[in-house]
Amino acid sequence: MTDDRHEDGPSRRKVLECMTWAGTGVLWSVAGGVPSALGIIDGAMAAPASGLTFLQISDSHIGFDKAANPDARITLQEAIAHVKALRVKPSFMIHTGDISHLSKTSEFDDADRIISDARLDVHYVPGEHDFIDEEQKLYRERYGRGAKGSGWYSFDANGVHFIGLVNVVNLKAGGLGNLGDEQLEWLEDDLRGRSASTPIVVFAHIPLWAVYPAWGWGTEDSARALAYLKRFGSVTVLNGHIHQVMQKVEGNVTFHTARSTAFPQPAPGTAPSPGPMKVPSEQLQKMLGIASVTFNPGKQRLAIIDAPLKG
Amino acid sequence: MTTKHKCARATLAFAALVIAAPAWTMESRVKIDNFTFNPPKITVKAGTTVTWTNEDDIPHTVTASNLTFKSKALDTGDGFSFKFSTPGTYTYFCSLHPHMTGSIVVEGNE
Repeated sequence: MTDDRHEDGPSRRKVLECMTWAGTGVLWSVAGGVPSALGIIDGAMAAPASGLTFLQISDSHIGFDKAANPDARITLQEAIAHVKALRVKPSFMIHTGDISHLSKTSEFDDADRIISDARLDVHYVPGEHDFIDEEQKLYRERYGRGAKGSGWYSFDANGVHFIGLVNVVNLKAGGLGNLGDEQLEWLEDDLRGRSASTPIVVFAHIPLWAVYPAWGWGTEDSARALAYLKRFGSVTVLNGHIHQVMQKVEGNVTFHTARSTAFPQPAPGTAPSPGPMKVPSEQLQKMLGIASVTFNPGKQRLAIIDAPLKG
Repeated sequence: MTTKHKCARATLAFAALVIAAPAWTMESRVKIDNFTFNPPKITVKAGTTVTWTNEDDIPHTVTASNLTFKSKALDTGDGFSFKFSTPGTYTYFCSLHPHMTGSIVVEGNE
């Protein structure tokens, strides 16, 4: 799945390889944030080689039942069927938030029932939709046990250090996503003493770079977090929230957002608001999907495959 | 007292209530759609009740910057009302989408 042509040469180190498959599949190479298609690949190439493979799913919005998708449970079930059909079983999943639409117990129950069918460990971070119950406790009770503050934590897998951050609480009027001092201090502490060669994967709901501040698509104090990450040779930042694939490479940091499993949202500035985008029903599954991420030891970059529910 | 008299007194009492009504039924409305409060700024007399209604497919909240009022998450079609008794300028935002902001200017009745 990784392309050896990109293996050597410092100038190529900053190239994110990203494959998207649509039907038989298209291999994408993204340099400096500009994607270019390298050609059609077959299913065999889409199967990961050795190393660590994990999945990202995002924005399942269980409970959403409006025109853009009358039943978000069905499309999540399709996404999980996709996960189960993968030839190489991923080590685990991460969910980058907005599990539910309205933080109702029944919505979290439905989400858990559908996602557990994948039979994978899932590491969650919350979206703003997971914190709208009156007491803001349902998410923490269910997913935040053992986590710090409103739900941040870190763990290690195959030599990769994973950090789940929360940027959806205590938002300020007129502002963007927010990490807050307490979490940033924890992050600085969490990274202290780690070797700069440790690959880092950071995941959080709202993008940690300014995708489109006019729609609130960015995080107020992400620059501080990125400053702590600067000395590391390989940093991958995985987000959700904007319900579409976007990527950017900045130095050693690769930013990537995943599709939703519920409904698409418009590209920045192309609509009056970032609200759910109604598309013809036969097109919906092309705009929903999952991402699979592979880390091969000794390689700088993680390979990310975005797969729509239907090609 | 006859039943007829009782009815007459009740009617008079009701009439008095109706006459007094305008003082406490001043109302104003703000629509939430396309991730905006519309109109974003309104000026009302003290004693006015402002009602926000969410017409988006996404939940929003109405949260005062100084937390004097805060709605629960409003799903599509849900509303929230707050009576403004004290003159002043009240800025508010959606705590889920904080780039959405608005203000209510409350004027005295003199």
